Amino acid sequence: MSALIAAEAAIFTIFVVAYLFYVGKSLSGPTPREVLSPPFFYTFCLLSSSLTIHFASRSLRRWNVRRFGAWWLLTITLGAIFLYGTASEWHRLIYRDGLTISTNLFGTTYYSLVGLHGFHVVVGLVCLSTVMVFTLFGAVKQEHAEQIDVLSLYWHFVDAVWIVVFTVVYVIGR
Amino acid sequence: MSTESIAWPTTTAASPSFVDHLHKWVTTVDHKRLGILYIVYALIFLVIGGVEATVMRIQLIRPHNNFVSPQVFNRMFTMHGTTMIFFVAMPILFGFANYLIPLMIGARDMAFPRLNAFGFWMTAFGGLLLYFSLIGANGLYGAGNAPDVGWFAYAPLTSQTFSVGHSTDFWTLALLVSGFGSISTAVNIVATVLCMRCPGMTLAKMPLFAWLNLVMAGLVILAVSPLTAAQIMLLLDRYLGAHFFDTQAGGSAVIWMHFFWIFGHPEVYVLVLPAFAFASEIIPVFSRKAIFGYPVMVGATVAIGFISMSVWAHHMFTVGMGANANTFFVLSTMAIAVPTGIKIFNWLATMWGGKIEFKTPMLFCIAFLFQFLIAGLTGVMMSAAPFDWQLGNSYFVVAHFHYVIVGGILFTLFAAFYYWFPKMSGKMYSEILGKLHFWLFLIGFHLTFDFMHVPGLLGMPRRIYTYEPGRGWDSWNLIVTIGVFFQAAGILVFLGNLLWSYYRGKDAGSDPWDAWTLEWSTNSPPPAYNFASIPVIKSRRPLWDLKHPDDPDWKYE
Repeated sequence: MSALIAAEAAIFTIFVVAYLFYVGKSLSGPTPREVLSPPFFYTFCLLSSSLTIHFASRSLRRWNVRRFGAWWLLTITLGAIFLYGTASEWHRLIYRDGLTISTNLFGTTYYSLVGLHGFHVVVGLVCLSTVMVFTLFGAVKQEHAEQIDVLSLYWHFVDAVWIVVFTVVYVIGR
Repeated sequence: MSTESIAWPTTTAASPSFVDHLHKWVTTVDHKRLGILYIVYALIFLVIGGVEATVMRIQLIRPHNNFVSPQVFNRMFTMHGTTMIFFVAMPILFGFANYLIPLMIGARDMAFPRLNAFGFWMTAFGGLLLYFSLIGANGLYGAGNAPDVGWFAYAPLTSQTFSVGHSTDFWTLALLVSGFGSISTAVNIVATVLCMRCPGMTLAKMPLFAWLNLVMAGLVILAVSPLTAAQIMLLLDRYLGAHFFDTQAGGSAVIWMHFFWIFGHPEVYVLVLPAFAFASEIIPVFSRKAIFGYPVMVGATVAIGFISMSVWAHHMFTVGMGANANTFFVLSTMAIAVPTGIKIFNWLATMWGGKIEFKTPMLFCIAFLFQFLIAGLTGVMMSAAPFDWQLGNSYFVVAHFHYVIVGGILFTLFAAFYYWFPKMSGKMYSEILGKLHFWLFLIGFHLTFDFMHVPGLLGMPRRIYTYEPGRGWDSWNLIVTIGVFFQAAGILVFLGNLLWSYYRGKDAGSDPWDAWTLEWSTNSPPPAYNFASIPVIKSRRPLWDLKHPDDPDWKYE
């Protein structure tokens, strides 16, 4: 998993570099300053989900499968709220501000970087939900703690990438 | 007695039907079968890529030749480059890594056998996708079939405006798909080497083959991922109207060059490190000496891995990056020659005073040493930016990198084929045919690529489909093309040797070379479980310890 994360990190690096390279190079509007506002609430949700998944795997290691399920469900909910946040932001940008991937360079880099991250959130949610289903059927036991840790490593990575994306898109890029 | 090796007699079942056989190969997750699938697959593509090269050389045999049209010529060099790098060199090296690493580190399989199968089939379908373009890329436009944008596909050639139809899409998707395959295989190799070593095999006692492939896999992870990212951007550009490489909307064509070569240069080391790995296993065995300076070899490998990530823009001196960037990349490129030079000296020192046996694998390795040295020297020449301004994009460059890839990588690959063929098939190859192959290929190689430097120095640019007579290029091109036929003959002898030996060869036994690494302690071909009992080792040459209990290596290491 660490090796896979290294590969993923390299992919994100290239997209981040492209974003930074093209900051302020758009030939037409809208510009990031006009349309973007930092999504503090959704960021808070995603980052706190790292904490909840940590509690989840800790409960599992202490034989408490029910508490594990509860923390796990909370993690999924927080991830889903974040995804809703991204979706509503995109909806607003497309229908109110008329910014699409082909409008200008900002649109191109913004949608591809945030979209790439969103895609990873979706993949993460699918994996988390699969585990949730197994938990509900009682198939997850303490001996699976190691696999759960590997999965939560991926989720931590997705969260960490968001910190970078947030910094690049909403702080530096604006 | 420090090493255990119990060889079980192989049981031969009643010969299964063809469908059973096929089913077993298609659904296999055994690292040895997947390794052989990789190798056979790559050999098929080697022949295809070779035919494309031959077509180009026939076209260039004399001025104003009309063997193929300019359009076909463009497709040929694009397909030749893409095929040889992505669907010959990488799969064949992955194949050997897959086959040999678990055997060498005393494991029963790779860390993730199913991921392994996934990686192979992704690569395989990537190759099919590339060649499906011959049928599928016409689209509605009647515009060209195979990709024709060059293997590094510079923007804006790849934009919708200049590349109508779907040929570029097939190129992009093929590389994207095979890229996923490469990354998953690399992840697998890293996990296998780090987690599956047999008891006693510390990192410092691992065969150099495993070390070099570990670094190679790390490079694949860090280098192929940027290519994947760049291909995603290109797809977004072509299908969703994004502007990454669209200069009309403020995008940049140069950034594609950067992204491509951030992949492209480490890729050279992805290919050459396994070649070093072969040489590091074969040269000691045929010199009857342990490898010289093992820790330094490992250090040099890791150094190459690091430095190779910071030299990419020496492909871009002619773009005009400015004095600071040029200086940095000149220096980093020259710096990488140092660890590479250390390796060459170590191989020479291994041979020095050894009792050299000139078997076919050793012949190929010796030729590799000479040729790789020259390839490195022309590399250092061109790392000087002003020299590169003169010769960039000329046949000198083509000659240089073919010296690396053919003279370095392909020669060691042939050595590896002859060296491990007895292990993989259980049969001995024909030494006479092997030597014939060596000499034919050596002559052909030098005719082609030695003389290719000259028209480059005389100003002949690469990728031209024909040229004017009377520029002093004519006879050089003739010699170059004649060399190609020697090489083709050599390849035919090689393939014939493989087939003949497979069906008619003598039984090889488990250890025909009196070698020292663990793969020779099991049967040839090895059983599905590799080792009946997991070996325990004490030194870098476990089989030496076994054969010479009175004078084991672990007393000195």
